[in-house]
Amino acid sequence: MNQQEIAQQKLVEIFSHFDKPSKFSKGLFIFLILIILFAFYAFILQVTRGQIVTGMRDYVIWGIYEVNFIFFIGISYAGAMISGILHLLHVEWRKPIIRIAEMITVISVLIGPIYVLLSMGRMDRFLHIFEYGRIQSPIVWDVIAIITYLFCSILFLYLALIRDYALIRDNQVLKISSFRKKIYRKLAATYHEIPLQKKLLNRCLSTMSAIIIPLAVIVHSVLAWIFGMTIRPGWHSTIFAPYFVIAAVFSGTAVLIIAMWVFRKYYHLEEYITEKHFKYIGFILLVLAGLYGYFTFSEYLTVWYGSETWELEVIYKLFDFSDYGAWFYLAAFVGVLVPMLFTGIPFLRNINTITIGSVVAVICMWIKRYLIIVPTLETPLLPNQDYRPEYVHYHATWVEWSLTAGGIALFLLFFMLFIRFMPIIPVADISEVPENKDFISEKL
Amino acid sequence: MKNNLSSRRKFLKLGIAAGATALIGGGSVLSAISKVNNPAGGDKVKMLSPDGKLMEVDRGHALCCGVPTSKEVRKGIPGRHFVMVIDLSKCRNARKCVSACSKMHFLQPGQEYIKVFLMQDSEDTSPYWFPKPCFHCDAPACVNVCPVGATFKREDGVVLIDNERCIGCKFCMAACPYSSRVFNWKKPGLKPESNYSPESSVPQKIGTVGKCDFCPDLFASGTLPDCVTACPNGVYYFGDKNEDVVTNGVESLRFSELVKSKAAYRYMEELGTRPNVYYLPPVDRSFPYERGFEELPEEMKKAYKVKRAHLKKFKI
Ligand code: SF4
Ligand code: SF4
Repeated sequence: MNQQEIAQQKLVEIFSHFDKPSKFSKGLFIFLILIILFAFYAFILQVTRGQIVTGMRDYVIWGIYEVNFIFFIGISYAGAMISGILHLLHVEWRKPIIRIAEMITVISVLIGPIYVLLSMGRMDRFLHIFEYGRIQSPIVWDVIAIITYLFCSILFLYLALIRDYALIRDNQVLKISSFRKKIYRKLAATYHEIPLQKKLLNRCLSTMSAIIIPLAVIVHSVLAWIFGMTIRPGWHSTIFAPYFVIAAVFSGTAVLIIAMWVFRKYYHLEEYITEKHFKYIGFILLVLAGLYGYFTFSEYLTVWYGSETWELEVIYKLFDFSDYGAWFYLAAFVGVLVPMLFTGIPFLRNINTITIGSVVAVICMWIKRYLIIVPTLETPLLPNQDYRPEYVHYHATWVEWSLTAGGIALFLLFFMLFIRFMPIIPVADISEVPENKDFISEKL
Repeated sequence: MKNNLSSRRKFLKLGIAAGATALIGGGSVLSAISKVNNPAGGDKVKMLSPDGKLMEVDRGHALCCGVPTSKEVRKGIPGRHFVMVIDLSKCRNARKCVSACSKMHFLQPGQEYIKVFLMQDSEDTSPYWFPKPCFHCDAPACVNVCPVGATFKREDGVVLIDNERCIGCKFCMAACPYSSRVFNWKKPGLKPESNYSPESSVPQKIGTVGKCDFCPDLFASGTLPDCVTACPNGVYYFGDKNEDVVTNGVESLRFSELVKSKAAYRYMEELGTRPNVYYLPPVDRSFPYERGFEELPEEMKKAYKVKRAHLKKFKI
């Protein structure tokens, strides 16, 4: 059996898992649609009545919309960093999981910016950014960076898919409607495993992964600078950009682990996604958790030690149990230590614990971003002496929560759609016999 | 004194000349001065409606002048540099500036372009009232960060917002260290019939930002900003730094002498924003600060009291 045949066989096998949507996934689909419809209702309400329906007010001008924005852009790092770096290093074991990682990237970069629009008072004027844009504003940097990032991550995903589409096109066994077949043919773009084509495609992929890594770093740095460029305690910090970048890779990796677990379980990919993958990615998570903890420590230690009044005000809000204390300790300690324990200590380390650690990390990272945005905004330089309680403390309203739920539902829904049209395991890649067994290829 | 007076006249005259487009004047500064003890509110202006009928309406922004082109608005009045001096020793939280400003700008209930804070610099010093409009900074953080140039700095020092361009990203609100900006979270309740201009900030637009605008539409008719004329204690002095004169409607003073002799300061100078609003320190007070609580509704009193409570707990 030659390589093509092995690949075709694997393709048929993998496709069989996705062929007929199970009852569960049909139910899930309907459930997600319902959540999204409800979010849409909330959205309509916000558009017609204005942002008064949210919990945002004159002091806390950004709420969980911004938190979600940072969160989604953060998890997009799964594909950009993990798959980009592993690709550049030619790490052999990456192959079965990079497709999942790249899908996470594309989907989350599609969803994240929705929250920017939601937190804008006048999303109908979004095009003003292109009409009147001023390059001096970090928001304009952000728009440019994210659009580029989205474009590149779609391209990255697509380039990696070409070989698989070629396989599907050439496959005789699979029952695919002629319409879909037509699309696959177009997508396969006359690729025929000709050595020259293969070489070129490989080169493209390497270039893309070399581009996407710095791009991802830029995107999150610019995002951090939206906060870092303002003179506010808790934001105006020189380490904010790297801090955000590390936080993003950390949460992105955690989401990747969760996604691996889910796919492995429900689509029976045990053969492809093995315990080894969980352990290796778990090690990466361990290192990132350590780095992230280090950044957190360094950030708050310097500020606390410096004891500037305005800065201390925020710090004490975070440290005090009657304020955000419980959340802060949860996010800063539990969110770092639990993933570290489950990935670091050998007898605690297995597929399930690593996944649990990742879930904890993801939730805590969301909370941490909330703690970055809200307490700082609740602490203006001049005392907040507004007599209206909703102007003093921020509480997200059901509108914001349902739009948050809507975003998560949309994320899952996109996933369900994506896997119908793209093989979740890069079939062509994994059926290849690695020529070079070295961990780091000589090509580097 | 004579010198002062004549330069004041000049200031007024220039103000009138600059507003050549005015349809119906809202009154000159002289009339504004006579209104000092009858603060904003009741007075009406005659106005010609578009179909030629004469009608009486509350005096308010945009009802007094024609609308200048957007280029003129962005440029400002040449040769001027508007400044404000706020005398903290005379403030007793009468809040007339707040209410006049809110009325003239048709603000939503609860919205304030001028906020009066109760400040206490340290535990041993006496509290004082601190009225705070937008500082119209010379290095405005808000203008720097605006992605679409909806907030802009004019030649005459005024920082304005174009609510027709603003996308409501609120970045300027995050950037302004002095909490000067408010947001129109819902549809404005009052809809004055007038054409929008960034100079008048009227009518408000949902989903955009608003703030104290130094009333540049009133310069056009030679009138002082509403807060200046409304204050019964003459706390606000408004004027032109180039002309070196400021007036609170009762007395006109040399700006340079005033800020020197009374040891004026700018709030949080160290932030580097270079404000155009100067404060005279709260010495030799006209009123004890407790007077400021007298006419306040209960919930406002409470809000003033909770101040620094959190800090106290940690002894900072
Ligand atoms: S006080 Fe704030 S809003 Fe006013 S000009 Fe300065 S930075 Fe801008
Ligand atoms: S809210 Fe409006 S004025 Fe403020 S930065 Fe955004 S676009 Fe500019």
